[in-house]
This record gives sequence, C-alpha cells and structure tokens, in this order.
Amino acid sequence: MTTRLFGEPVQRREDPRLLTGGGRYLDDLGSGALAAAFVRSPHAHARVRDVDVSAALDVDGLVAIYTWEDLPERVGRPLPLLIPHPALTHGRTAYPLARDVVRHVGEPVVMVVARDRYLAEDACALIEVDYEPLKPVVGIEEAVQGAQLVHEDVPGNVGAHLVQEVPNEAGRSAREAIEASPHTLSFRLDIERSASMPLEGRGVYARWDGSDLRVYTSTQTSTSVRMAVAAALRLPLPHVEVIAPDVGGGFGVKIVHPWPEEILVPWAAMRLGQEVKWTEDRREHFISSAHERGQVQHVRVGFDDDGVVNGLDVTILHDHGAYTPYGIIVPIITSTQLLGPYRIGAYRVEFSAVYTNTVQVTPYRGAGRPQAVFCMERTMDKIARYLGKDRTEVRAANFIRPDEFPYDQGLIFQDGRPLIYDSGDYPEMLRMLKELIGWDDFEPGRHRGIGIGCYVEGTGVGPYEGGHVQITSDGRVHVSTGLTSQGQGHETVFAQIAATELGVPIERISVVTGDTRRFGYAVGTFASRAAVMSGNAIALACRKVREKALRIAADALEADPADLEIADGLVHVVGTPTASIPLSTVAVLANPLRYAFDEEAAKATQFSGISSPDKPPVAEGDEPGLEGRDYYSPIRSTFAAGMHAAIVETDPLTAAIKVLRYAVVHDCGRLINPMIVEGQIHGGVAQGIGGALYERMVYDGHGQLLNASFMDFLMPYVTEIPHIETAHLETPSPLNPLGIKGAGEAGVIPVSAVIAGAIEDAEGIEIDRMPISPSELFDLRNLAPDSRPIT
Amino acid sequence: MKPPPFEHHAPRDLGEALDVLAEVGPRGKVLAGGQSLIPMLNMRLAAPEHLVDINRVESLATLDLAPEGVTVGALARHAQVERLAGHPLLRQALRLVAHPVIRNRGTVVGSLVHADPAAELPAVLALLGGSVRLARLDAAEGVVSREVTAADFFVGSMESAVQPGELAVSAYFPTPPERSGTAFREVARRHGDYALAGVCAVVTLDDDLRITAARVACVSVGPVPVVVDVGGLCERRPASSVDWAGVARAVREVTEPDDDIHASAAYRLHLVGVLAERALKDAARDAAGPWGSSSAGT
Repeated sequence: MTTRLFGEPVQRREDPRLLTGGGRYLDDLGSGALAAAFVRSPHAHARVRDVDVSAALDVDGLVAIYTWEDLPERVGRPLPLLIPHPALTHGRTAYPLARDVVRHVGEPVVMVVARDRYLAEDACALIEVDYEPLKPVVGIEEAVQGAQLVHEDVPGNVGAHLVQEVPNEAGRSAREAIEASPHTLSFRLDIERSASMPLEGRGVYARWDGSDLRVYTSTQTSTSVRMAVAAALRLPLPHVEVIAPDVGGGFGVKIVHPWPEEILVPWAAMRLGQEVKWTEDRREHFISSAHERGQVQHVRVGFDDDGVVNGLDVTILHDHGAYTPYGIIVPIITSTQLLGPYRIGAYRVEFSAVYTNTVQVTPYRGAGRPQAVFCMERTMDKIARYLGKDRTEVRAANFIRPDEFPYDQGLIFQDGRPLIYDSGDYPEMLRMLKELIGWDDFEPGRHRGIGIGCYVEGTGVGPYEGGHVQITSDGRVHVSTGLTSQGQGHETVFAQIAATELGVPIERISVVTGDTRRFGYAVGTFASRAAVMSGNAIALACRKVREKALRIAADALEADPADLEIADGLVHVVGTPTASIPLSTVAVLANPLRYAFDEEAAKATQFSGISSPDKPPVAEGDEPGLEGRDYYSPIRSTFAAGMHAAIVETDPLTAAIKVLRYAVVHDCGRLINPMIVEGQIHGGVAQGIGGALYERMVYDGHGQLLNASFMDFLMPYVTEIPHIETAHLETPSPLNPLGIKGAGEAGVIPVSAVIAGAIEDAEGIEIDRMPISPSELFDLRNLAPDSRPIT
Repeated sequence: MKPPPFEHHAPRDLGEALDVLAEVGPRGKVLAGGQSLIPMLNMRLAAPEHLVDINRVESLATLDLAPEGVTVGALARHAQVERLAGHPLLRQALRLVAHPVIRNRGTVVGSLVHADPAAELPAVLALLGGSVRLARLDAAEGVVSREVTAADFFVGSMESAVQPGELAVSAYFPTPPERSGTAFREVARRHGDYALAGVCAVVTLDDDLRITAARVACVSVGPVPVVVDVGGLCERRPASSVDWAGVARAVREVTEPDDDIHASAAYRLHLVGVLAERALKDAARDAAGPWGSSSAGT
C-alpha cells in the first residue's frame, strides 16, 4: 500500500529545494534591514575602563552604537542560566554586552547598527575600548591551580563539583572493589576542544510594527527563544512570534539561548523602529559562540582474570570556558553515559567543572559522550592488553545481558531521572560488528591496526513535544510541531509517520517545524530527541484525527467506524471499496458552514441536510474541523546503542594516518527511514573523524585562539572520510508508541575511541590523548623508539 | 568579515593597468584570482585603498607552450595550466593546489607574487630556475619591464620582488633537459591544504639510467623555497644504488622549518628528508622512460 511508509527509505523531500538554492536561511531574509555588528574583546581577560566611540560617529550610514550602559535593566541583566543544578554552586553567565570585565576573546562589548554590514564593521573598527588586561586562565591545569580567577567570586575556578557513586551488589564502594581486585590499572586521558561548526552560523533578524515583534533566528528552539525575548523585552507573549527558518546545521550550539544577539537585535529593532539583522561570521562563530569536549580524566579500574570490571573510579576535570549558561549537562552526561553497554561492579565518578578564560562550553553533538566513551573504551582496551586477551572478549565479558532489561545503572541522568536502559541486545550487536568488519580474520600487519568502540546513548529526553495535524477540505494534511529542524529530514520522516497513521499519500502532507505561529509549545531539537518526541506526538495527534474522520465517515456511509479503513486518502468500508468517501469531503463535513464558498463547501451548509435539526451542529464535546493535537511526554529517556570498528593504516615514515575501513552497527529501535538514519550516522562519523584526527581549538597562553578560521581549524573534507559500512539492529523501545530511539548524535560518539584503539594496534604505542596528528604520532614514536605493533 | 572601503579600478588594457598602478603605488593591490587577497580583505588583514582588478586585461590571459618552456600570463588560471600537456611538473604541482573551484579562479602568477612559503608553485619556479616578468610605467620611457629570476624573486615569507607600481605580467617555467623526470611529493593535513612539508624534484639520467643531475625544491621548511642540488651526492649512480639516506640528510641540513600549530619543526625536518627521497626516486623513475610514470602525492 502506497501510504505505509514507516520504515521505508523515502527520499528526503526537502532536498530538491535545499540543493537547488531554494532554501531560506536567516541571511536570505531581511534584505532591507539595518545591519548589526559587534566590537568584541581582543583580550581573554580584561577590565573595560572606557569606550570611546567618537571616531566612529563620522561613519556615513551609522545608525546607533550601544554599550552596556545603554541597556534597560531587563535587557542588561546577565543572560539566564538555563539549566540550574544543585551541584552548580557557582553558575555564571555573561552580560549581553560586557559590563566591567571581559572573560574571553570574542566577548561582545559594543553593538553597532548601521545601514549595512560593511559600514557597521567600519564603525566597529573606529571604536576604541580602553582595556586593563588581567592575567588569563587558560587550560584545565591552570584553572585547577586557582592562582588566577576567571570570576573573582568563584574560588578555585570551580563552578560545579559532583560525585555519583554506585556500590556493587555486595554493598562495596568502587574504591573498595578496586582494592579487592586481582588486577588494577591507573591512567590519565586527555581530550581537546572542538566545536559544533555548523556551515550556517548564528543569526537574528527582528521586525517590530509598534505592537508585535517577529524574530527570525537560526536556533534549535524557537519556542524558548520566544519566551526569553518576551521576558527580556517585557512584551506579552502573544505579541511575540519566533520563527526558525531553514537552519544550516546546529549540532548543539544553537540550542543555547538566548544568545546576546537574540536579545539585543530585537531590542534595537524596537528602539529604532526599524528592521535589524545580524548574521554571524565565521570568526565570530569561533570566538563568540561555544565549544566542547575539553576534559582530563583520571581513571582507576579493578578487574579479574577474565577482564570483568569489579570497580571503576573516574575523576573528570571538565573545562567549562568562561560561563555556564547551559548548566553542567555536558559533564553530567560524560559521567553517566561512561558506563556504556556494561554492568560495572561498582562505580564512582567525580567531576569538577572549571572556569577558564576561553569560549564557553555547551553541548556539541554527542554532548560529553565522546569523552565518556573514550574513557570507557580505552579502559577496556587497556584491560585486554594487560591480560593479553582479545579486546572484544573483554567487552563481551562486561556486557549487560539481553534478559537484564530494563537495566538500572543506579545513577541520575541528564533529565534528572534514573539512568534505566529500556532495551538493547549488546552481544548480538557485537556479533554483527565483528562479522561486518571481519574482526576475527583481521591480520595485524606492521602499521595496520583495528579498533572498536561501544556506546549507549540516552536519547529522546523530555519533558515533552506536541504535534498538530489538520486535514483541510482540499484533502491536504498539515502537520506542525514546535521543535525546529536543522537539516535532519523532519519534513520527510514526520510526513512518513502521518502518511502511515492516516492512510494519506505523502505528497499531500506538509510539515512545518519551529514556527511559534503554528505551534507554541515545544522544547527544542537536541539530545537526539526530535523523532522520538515529535514523531510520537504527531503519531498520537494523527490517531485522534483518524478517529474523528472515521466517526464522521461512518455517519455519512451509514457504517460502523470499526468497519472502515483509510487508504490513499479515501475512507472506505472494508471489503466494499465502492462504499467510500474522500478525506477531503470528511473535512468539509467536519466543519458546519453557513457560507458556501465553493461547490464542495455547499455540502456542509445549513440547508444541505447534513446535520440533524434536533442537535447542535457542533456536538457537545466536539470541535469544528478535522484536526487533532496531542503531546508525548516520556517517563524517561530511551537508550539507543551502537558499536563501531575501524581499520587504520599509518605511514611508517611520514606518520600519516589513514582510515581504511569504518564499520557501524547501530540500534535506534524501529527505523522510520533507514536512509535518513544512515545519513545521520555518516555525518556523525565524519564529525567524529574530525574530532579524532583533525579538529582542535588551539589557544595560546594569552587565551588567543590561534586557529579561528577554516584555514587552520581542520574539519575533514569528504576526501578524509572513508566509505562507512553500516548495519542496523532494531530493538524497539518499550517506552513510546512507535518503539523508536534517537539517532541524531550517534555517529560521532565512539569515533575517537575507535581510532585511538586502531592506531594503538597499528603502532604498539598507547594513545591516551585525542585528537592525534601525524606530527604528534611522530613524537610518540620517538618517545618509544623500539615500539612494534602487537602481533 | 567585510572589507574596509577601497576604490575598485577595472583597467581594460595593460597600459591602463600600469597607469593606475603607477598612480596608486604602495596604496594599491592587484586583484587577479583573488583566492588569497579577498579573504585577507574580508578579515581586514589587508586594507589597500585601491584594488586594481586586471581581470579585463585580455592580453594577460595567455599561455604559451614552447619546447624550451612555458610562459604563463598573469590571468592564466591554475585549472588552465593544469590541463596543459607538455609540462608534467606544473601539472603534478597544481593537482596539489587547493581544490578545483579555487583552481578555476586562482592564477599561477598570483600565487607566485603572493609568495606563500607553503605554496607549491614558487617551489616549481625555483626548482626549474624560472623567472617572472615585471612591468611598470615609467614617466619618461613608457612601459618598461624586467625579468627577475626565481632566486631573486622570492625575497621572504609572503614577500616577492614586485615593487609598488609594478605588475607581474607573466612567469616562465623552463622545460627540464632531455631524459629528465619530475615529481612532487607533499604531506598536507587534509587533501588540498597547504603542505606541512613538500618536495618537488627533477632528475636527469644518462643513457645507462645513471643520475647525472638531481635537484629538489622544498616547501614549508623556510621563508622561501629551499633549492638543494643533490646531483653530486647521487655520484652518477642508478637510482637503485644511490645513498638516499645521505641525500635526505643533506636536504635536512639546509632546511630550517618552524613549529606551528599543525606540526613541529622536528617533524617537518624529518618529513622533508623522507619526501625528498620519495620525490627523487619518483622523478628518476619518471626519467627512466615510458615504464616509469610521473607521480604526485604523499
């Protein structure tokens, strides 16, 4: 049947538009708007003594210059701390424009509005800010020493400190269990910073008509930006509309909100009575948005002769940059998702989130999990190496068994709820991966190695999402949901769900996301949650519409609703195809009319005999129209999982590192669209290879970011990414009606661990720091001159 | 990332272009392919008051292939030169230059004038002993030009011999002698990136396939291309019996790479020796005739 599309590799419906230049991204809008630009701090840490704008006043086309002093109280407040947590005892956020102190290079100090961006930047160049430089804190080690402070009132630079501990079944603590183990290992791991780096940076465009404000912003959460803007600008919520147009990638950075510019641009538009737009440029994105990943981990593990882990004790130092607007979600995820697919005897994890004079840290695709998986998978590899066992054997010895679900890890996850895995089959997944990559047949050669990484990802975090579905009298289906799209393919997968639920051809279904005019209640697109949350909400809304359609059609066909089905947009009696009524007519009948604006509408007018004269045209408890709205709010996250393996070759002389093969087995429950899931995995693996071999944020000791451009921040090209082989395993989630789990972040999560393991295998040198460049591999070889691969 | 104000000049012929350049002197920059200049303007790393856009000067869009060498006009794009049969080393080098869309716009002469020590084309010019022709307008004599050899042309990192008011109108890449082969080897972080280190080589053989001449030019290991004549070290031996370790050592001895965020100086020094050996062996194979093939890569 043409409308059973759930599970089919339907081609992305948005692509023809996006690939032929039909996209409408933020900078495609508001061509007549004034342009904003910002003077940003050139210092990592400094006191702002004075701002002299006099030289800029002569710039032709200048409209306004604003500093913090110009901002009204509600606008000039520190930005909200979005996710408070009891352990975040010293949460700090920035002012929209720097008040007294700047705490990283790139912090906005002055806002300029001019006729166009060229002139705005000319004016910025003429504004003189008098800074008193202060000593910056750069790097985790310097932060921990606490000799210099990023925030005067945050002792030791520690913003948050959290310990979670799970004893083993005998009630022993992790440290006791480790001491009692026959074997123990201790080591340190380092992961450097990278960043989301969407191709489209941030951007805001605001229009004010004297009573209503409309804001377009390149965001992952238009509904929450709306509430933040309304609050800051003291506007009644119904007078504020926020729209996420086409968004050219988010990867986490655009879930942070409100950005200073998301408050300042609408405020300036209101104040000036003119449209104002700001489009972030790449340098601004590097130094003024957010980074992630930087951690130092100290690990101690105790295990038995089979490699079964008795106790694991991990201390994490998490570089949080200058501010904590998104709370401590990243280190919480690291410390909980570290356990992966394993049942660890006893676990203790402690993290300190420390401030540094660098760009703030907020979630980037994977959100703390790549670090977590690096930690756990390096641990598994080290145990195997120590015991002389196959690395997959050690992993298998620690897996949670399929009959142990739901499995409670005993920790509190990022949604404030227990870390309980809903379903999975890790032994089967490992078997599939070994077969896909040919693990048992791999012949280790000099400078060729194989690596593996396993992970579990909590996806689809709450609190909720909603869906609205309306069938109009032309037979078209209009689906809307409040969360936003950044290129994932929501127009396709949500339409597949609606087509399947309603029995309507996908061509007749349209999907709108991220527009508060269409749907006002939403959380946002992050944490691999859109398909799980909005997908289920839309399915539930469709079921409401379907029920109503069948009821009305049953009346019209004088049949029992239970005997009806919908196919190809037609409601018909099962077994009697001639007894049918199109959904378009059902939509007409659902809305009693006085006026016949066309022939079809005439069927629903007062003299058509459609309704009984003894009953109200709209029955009590009913509503006009053929539409439904529903929400999905899960009890807790659903846990997807995956295992990756790679074969890597290193050049014996140049130390160049080449990924020869990359294999993925992935389980995100029931697949809505396997092609889109694979696309997500491919993109994630590419980002993961970037994080493993290419990307890092190179700060010097003064807190200057030395590679703030695509010349020197090396994102991999397609030429650096191998063909990615994928296989799917489907263990449906019991938590939601569609049985699905999230897939958005999956691909990126284990890659650093996998590549590190493969290089270690090829070189016989322990790899405890990622990313790794050929130059660094060369250095490691020189430190271990007689190293040879394990054979 | 918008450039500061500048005046845009669009001369239609060489005389007009030189006229404008003479007038604006050090306040002007020549715009040809713009693949380096435009990003520098947008990042406000360069702020010339005048841009002299030579893209309409048709007489500069020339490409002359003669048996003794190729003369590349100032408007010849990388992509055109890359497709030129008859000068394998230029093709080997250009395949390593950035990406097709950049090569469609970027110019060979522009790359030479830009004099980036990590760029491939300056090394090729230096290896072959080529030259660049510079023209200017003299108040008394009209258009005057001078030919500057590669050895004199690359003055320092991002610094060429072009003086204010001068325009580089063409570059001359000599053809290597008979029975010569060439190769270009480099290691870049990503495909198309500037090389962490690179070596181009030309090797000439005698009738018994013994090496009679061998030179390399090294990229990214000094402020200008480092040319090393290793012919003597090859001792008129066939490639299979040359002391390549000694050759690599000799190349390392005369290069002084720096550290940067992508690679340490020590790694680059190691790399330049490895690449010199690989490039010279490739070039010798290329010179040996139809069974050897020219190659470019890591």
